[in-house]
Amino acid sequence: MRDPYRREEQRAHPPYAHDAYGSTIKRAPRQPLIRVAHTLSEITGPRFGREIIRSGDINLARFNGGEAIGERIVVSGRILDEDGRAIPDTLVEIWQANAAGRYAHPVDQHEAPLDPHFSGNGRVMTDRGGVYSFTTVRPGAYPWRNHHNAWRPAHIHFSLFGPSFATRLITQMYFPGDPLLALDPIFNSIPDTEASRRLVARFDIDTTEPEHALGYQFDMVLRGRYATPTTPEEHPR
Amino acid sequence: MTPRQTPSQTVGPFFRPSLIEAGAENLVREETRGERVTIEGRVIDGDGAPVNDAMLEIWQANAEGRYDHPDDDQEKLLDPAFHGYGRAATDEHGAFRFHTIKPGPVPGMGEVLQAPHINVSVFARGLLKRIITRIYFPDEPLNATDAVLNSAPRERHATMIAAWTDATHRVLRFDVILQGANETVFLDI
Repeated sequence: MRDPYRREEQRAHPPYAHDAYGSTIKRAPRQPLIRVAHTLSEITGPRFGREIIRSGDINLARFNGGEAIGERIVVSGRILDEDGRAIPDTLVEIWQANAAGRYAHPVDQHEAPLDPHFSGNGRVMTDRGGVYSFTTVRPGAYPWRNHHNAWRPAHIHFSLFGPSFATRLITQMYFPGDPLLALDPIFNSIPDTEASRRLVARFDIDTTEPEHALGYQFDMVLRGRYATPTTPEEHPR
Repeated sequence: MTPRQTPSQTVGPFFRPSLIEAGAENLVREETRGERVTIEGRVIDGDGAPVNDAMLEIWQANAEGRYDHPDDDQEKLLDPAFHGYGRAATDEHGAFRFHTIKPGPVPGMGEVLQAPHINVSVFARGLLKRIITRIYFPDEPLNATDAVLNSAPRERHATMIAAWTDATHRVLRFDVILQGANETVFLDI
């Protein structure tokens, strides 16, 4: 069997129970987790072909025959493992609120307008260099009922698979300079504040498209493999 | 500088419809080899209330006990009509359902066979990172020696073993209890 994956980085991921985020109170497991050695079940995982990407999936800024309202942005970056190796051909799913801070979702009752030309759903595969890119509009902040006057900072949801069941990750990308970040219990659930800053994209003039869209760079890092010590003769490269 | 892991964040309540495509809960086609099984259950919170905004994903080996993945180099047949991955959202009653096959056993540590199992991830509002468990099958002799099942306290084993709901053995029930007296065993992988 090939090498197992590394464990979650201590303090880089939120705990299940984080009382400031009220929904965790009745949903966070309370019993200790059972630690499992990696077997084929953990080091394998689903793979997807490019055929599942449909036209329009990488350009959220245009939908239903028209242009979405909002500040157009291009979000791009690389998906890497902890050894800095690109993760090619992996599925990236994204979803987000529109520029007014409203999701095209029946549960979202925020009294902000829906945009008939914005669905907020996208999908892209990384290329051979682990690079992804999509065009969208900057999402708006929106209120939620976690506490009095609670507002989620602007964010884009990301769902990543990587090469195995162990590397599956769902996360959120935030925008630099957002004053709501300091107040957000979800962003601040991450114990290591240096790690939470990894979720803030970087404005990038080089990927900004002249006369068209602002560029943001957002790299993501999935768990790498834990290489068992071997001599070079045993594992030729 | 060495790249560091990207932190997890909650899937939130608005992942549907982006992540949920029609038919994603059905892993089988007519040509798929293996014993058909429907797995249904509910996701329940610490108050016993249904979790109506959870997403479950399953990942499993085929009927021979081989994963459709290049790192599974066992000399067992791949099934071109089975890939082993499914996704479902819970409904207003917290209920979900998958249509799949019973997987064959796959080797674990030291090449000892693991009992047939389905790997499960659960995402939801209020879960800042996914929870992971396994669905085991009832009346399976390999359950007695399965390393993961037996890592859990004996009185909690039953939370990872699905139960037949019918005499024909086609429908299994598997509830995910996030918290409380019968909390499901969750895994740290």
